Amino acid sequence: MKVSLFATCLVDMFQSNIGKSTVELLERLNCEVEFPKEQTCCGQPAYNSGYVKVSKEAMKNTIRAFEKSEYIVCPSGSCANMIKDYEHIFQGDSEWQGRAKEIASKTFELTQFIVDVLKVEDVGAKLNGRATYHPSCHMTRLLQVKNAPLTLLKHVKGLELIELPLKENCCGFGGTFSVKMGKISEKMVDEKVSSVQETDVHYLIGSDAGCLMNIGGRIDRKDLNIQTLHIAEVLNCH
Amino acid sequence: MAMKISNDKFTDRLETNLKNDFMRNAVASAQERLQSRRSLAAESLGNWEEWRNHGEEIRQHVLQNLDYYLYELSENVSKRGGHVFFAQTAEEASNYIVSIAKQKEAKKIVKSKSMVTEEINLNQHLDEIGCSVVETDLGEYILQLDDHDPPSHIVAPALHKNKDQIREVFADKIEYTNTSKPEELALHARKVLREEFLSADIGITGCNFAVAETGSICLVTNEGNADLVSALPKTQITVMGMERLVPTFEEMEVLVSMLTRSAVGQKLTSYITVLTGAKQPFEVDGPEEFHLVIVDNGRSSILGGEFQSILQCIRCAACVNACPVYRHIGGHAYGSIYSGPIGAVLSPLLGGYDDYKELPYASTLCGACTEVCPVKIPLHQLLHKHREVIVEKEGRAPLSETALMQAFGFGTGSSTVYKLGSKVASTVMKPFVNEEKIKKGPGPLKNWTEIRDFPSPEKERFRDWFEKRNKGGNPS
Repeated sequence: MKVSLFATCLVDMFQSNIGKSTVELLERLNCEVEFPKEQTCCGQPAYNSGYVKVSKEAMKNTIRAFEKSEYIVCPSGSCANMIKDYEHIFQGDSEWQGRAKEIASKTFELTQFIVDVLKVEDVGAKLNGRATYHPSCHMTRLLQVKNAPLTLLKHVKGLELIELPLKENCCGFGGTFSVKMGKISEKMVDEKVSSVQETDVHYLIGSDAGCLMNIGGRIDRKDLNIQTLHIAEVLNCH
Repeated sequence: MAMKISNDKFTDRLETNLKNDFMRNAVASAQERLQSRRSLAAESLGNWEEWRNHGEEIRQHVLQNLDYYLYELSENVSKRGGHVFFAQTAEEASNYIVSIAKQKEAKKIVKSKSMVTEEINLNQHLDEIGCSVVETDLGEYILQLDDHDPPSHIVAPALHKNKDQIREVFADKIEYTNTSKPEELALHARKVLREEFLSADIGITGCNFAVAETGSICLVTNEGNADLVSALPKTQITVMGMERLVPTFEEMEVLVSMLTRSAVGQKLTSYITVLTGAKQPFEVDGPEEFHLVIVDNGRSSILGGEFQSILQCIRCAACVNACPVYRHIGGHAYGSIYSGPIGAVLSPLLGGYDDYKELPYASTLCGACTEVCPVKIPLHQLLHKHREVIVEKEGRAPLSETALMQAFGFGTGSSTVYKLGSKVASTVMKPFVNEEKIKKGPGPLKNWTEIRDFPSPEKERFRDWFEKRNKGGNPS
């Protein structure tokens, strides 16, 4: 199966390991992975801040980059959801609405793709230790991908999953919210980190680089002995 | 109290409230309690999503036919001898009620809970003509006693106070000498309030739903105070927001059930009171005179626009109870009697961006509000819509942010610029990198790195790795 990877700008520039793991994981699952070079960012930072016109440039670029793809897979629920929203954003735009709808229908978040399209629940991963999973808001509430990551994690050999208290609460990332409303964000991420600490785990696992940069950045600043991992990295341990 | 509850700047309000650990703990535990009760009550119906669809459908139908139902309501109230007053502004509404109070030579007025009377600043107007106004909802009563502390939650206005603080207020203001046990506190309030009910000249209620087909008013309480407010005084005045109505009892039943489940996790509250005008010749009790004040105050300008769905709101506060931002800043930080996600959408619409432009940004757009809304208001999308209006129509965004976003558009709209920018990022950021982390970032990263590390840009971007690997090079 031929898969086009939408790596996301955060992964491309700051968290390349997530991208590498995603490629290796998909290849192990017999996918042929390509990386359309024209891709940049899904447009979410500007869109969520209210700069809709500006964000449309990034969106059009994404549409152009992936138009010919069969499946578009993205290791972020939030960015995948942004692409799904393109149709609504370009509503009434005769040139772009149809093209937006077309790529939205081919876009999948990574774990959703593995479980729902490839029909695989056990990717043969092994990782010893105790872990907790933070379900990111956009992925669970907007994209409605709730069970796929947990299904995959349950099959990871050696991994003991502990439920995160108050798991539904946002970690306080929210894109530009994290800097624009920094003081509120601080309280939110602190509460999230305390919840993680309560579980007494080795690993905090998430499916979105943004949330992980936020929680992980705070964990590092506090010098805590908890490793932050993207689910692609976990599923690629074997 | 008007809608605006503070003259302090948003940042100052935030700072004060974020420091108030006492309040933050009270809010967090109340949220957890209310959320878990709500979710049990909703799930117990078995098909909550269908209920939500139905609730949304009813509210949208009413808004699409609002003129028709308002006319029907008004006709039916008049038929039973009631007086209907349409107030376009807050002043008109307050002035009308003040004129009735003057006409009745009222000295004492008892009130049941009503957010719209707070919105029109009614108590102050009545106070100015020498009326003594007594709030009889326990939460509102506590706040009134505490030198008019503003409400911090639309359903549980005193949510920010704990029982010890309430004991102090009672001891200070109404000669209370017992412990901070809720039962003892409530019993004392009940005794004091009973005298107020018996000696009041006018009773003022809010309105959860007005039923157009009969001209009835439905009030939802757990304390039964609305029954006394409407049954004992000779004159009853009901104040309602112009959108708060349903066609018939059938729709009322659906929405009341969704309201009580969503607000407090109860199948029904202790009292669901339906009042149909003044005492009729064959009836033995009830007020002699009934006035219905229907308040617009900005609502008709929301109707027909891109924010219309906010008028679907039935004021259950499920969104407030689910909001992770409200959890940490509490209701007072919003600067409006309407707090939480509903407040962040509604306050700028009713009160303007000058006072409330920051509120739509006090959200991570996590969608928790939208998920729990019983009438399916897309709250996080409306918050986003406000941001779009603020940036693109109002031009109120800070220049530095606009410049940054223009650069974003330039950098991401074309892969050529993006590739160049992302390639030089690691060199540009080098002076700030320490052990592969940025601990003190420049510009927009400053706020981030004040509390957390930021990863340094990768020397080899993911795309470089991928390309090298495809060409058969050794991947790192």
